Amino acid sequence: MSSKAPARSLRHLLGIAELSDEDIAAIFSHAEMFKSVLGRPIPVVPALRGKTFVNLFFEASTRTASSFALAASRLSAQCLGFSLAASAVRKGETLLDTARNIEAMRVDGVIIRHSMAGAARFLSERLRAFVVNAGDGCHEHPTQALLDAFTLREKLGTLEGRRVLLVGDIAHSRVARSNILLFRRLGARVAVCGPPTLIPPRVEELGCEVFYRLDRVLYEVDVVNMLRVQNERIGAGAFPSVREYRALFGLTRERLARLARSAVVIHPGPVNWGVEMDYEVSDFPHALIMNQVTNGVAVRMAVLYLLAGGHADEDSPAPA
Amino acid sequence: MRKRIVAAEELARLVEKLADQIVAGDRAGDRLAFVGIKRRGEPLARRLARLLADRGRPGLPVGAIDITLYRDDLQLVAETPIVRGTEIGFDINGLTVVLVDDVIYTGRTTRAALSELLDFGRPAAIRLAVLVDRGNRELPVAPDFTGLVIETGPQDLVDICLSEIDGEDAVYLGRR
Repeated sequence: MSSKAPARSLRHLLGIAELSDEDIAAIFSHAEMFKSVLGRPIPVVPALRGKTFVNLFFEASTRTASSFALAASRLSAQCLGFSLAASAVRKGETLLDTARNIEAMRVDGVIIRHSMAGAARFLSERLRAFVVNAGDGCHEHPTQALLDAFTLREKLGTLEGRRVLLVGDIAHSRVARSNILLFRRLGARVAVCGPPTLIPPRVEELGCEVFYRLDRVLYEVDVVNMLRVQNERIGAGAFPSVREYRALFGLTRERLARLARSAVVIHPGPVNWGVEMDYEVSDFPHALIMNQVTNGVAVRMAVLYLLAGGHADEDSPAPA
Repeated sequence: MRKRIVAAEELARLVEKLADQIVAGDRAGDRLAFVGIKRRGEPLARRLARLLADRGRPGLPVGAIDITLYRDDLQLVAETPIVRGTEIGFDINGLTVVLVDDVIYTGRTTRAALSELLDFGRPAAIRLAVLVDRGNRELPVAPDFTGLVIETGPQDLVDICLSEIDGEDAVYLGRR
């Protein structure tokens, strides 16, 4: 492998756990470059002309799916949308059948979101096309972690030694898992906070501290990473009521006023206003939520470029 | 077998020659700017801007262009090339942009640079300045300003070294 292109070790993007430090550095440097492309009078480059990707989303998504589609179009590639409601999945087609049919249409890359952890890896072991994990069950959501870290680096310079607190449903959040892994890799001190029912056992093994009382840790951190309360958890025994959740773990107007002066707030969206965050957070000058959305396109351009650039070797056998 | 065909003093003289040609080609009312093609066109563009300042044209804007995303062989190369990024910090609309590269060979790099530059706006004109023209064009492009023309074949390697990047100023001719 040429020393010129360390990023070529990237065949698929399945999770933060699989990325080398060189892969992460290449994604960040290319995202920075693509962000400047997005600021040009014509924010499109011909780099991936003729490439075709498919957004294979088995779960609802607005921003992630459209962010990937926009990233592809900014690189002059086509991104085929795939609507679950109108698909043959409803007729009982299996994931592998769906994927094989899509590949038979000569697609270069598959961007998949699925409720089953491991779905992206399952496809990557069976398809010649590259696979990007856009969220698999409670496992990982690597592009969210990458765009969060990119946004924080842009604002803070580095994550080295910074204190990051993730608040909310850690147990069921693929964003939490990917973010903890990436923030730790980048040298941050990571803590999590949430109701005991939503903190997974042995989370300390990921290298983070655990807090059950938000007010004990919130005002000392540099980064507050709020997580979405998944509606289906409410009333399912995880916590008694929205009101109680907001009182104990919500980023309320009162708590916002007490944050460290330089502290920043991120949230993967979509936000349940009035539950995990009060609406006042949207006007908070250190809320980076819209920066996250903007940077998401540049980070996904970097990922698609690094995965799809160069040619797929036609002679190489498909992986087993 | 790699031999030096241009030494430091000679290279400096070639850059001076380019600057003189650019001044001679400059028409009244032209608003000049330099854009160097990365990597070695960039320091060359800066040197030319300094030489133009000596010739009564101070403060000309200088940018740098990375043509990787516009290459016509991105689908053919086995590994994804690293992109260093384009920095053009001024509005090119209406300017006479002098595109600068260290060497012209097939002309494909120039074609890519033209495509990218035109995505930044509509310059009044684009001129091409190269330190070395080694022939063997595959596309119909030609430099407006040339330091040195050498005859080469596809087996020849022309290495242009600039002190800003390589620690010395020289041109070497070798074989593959």
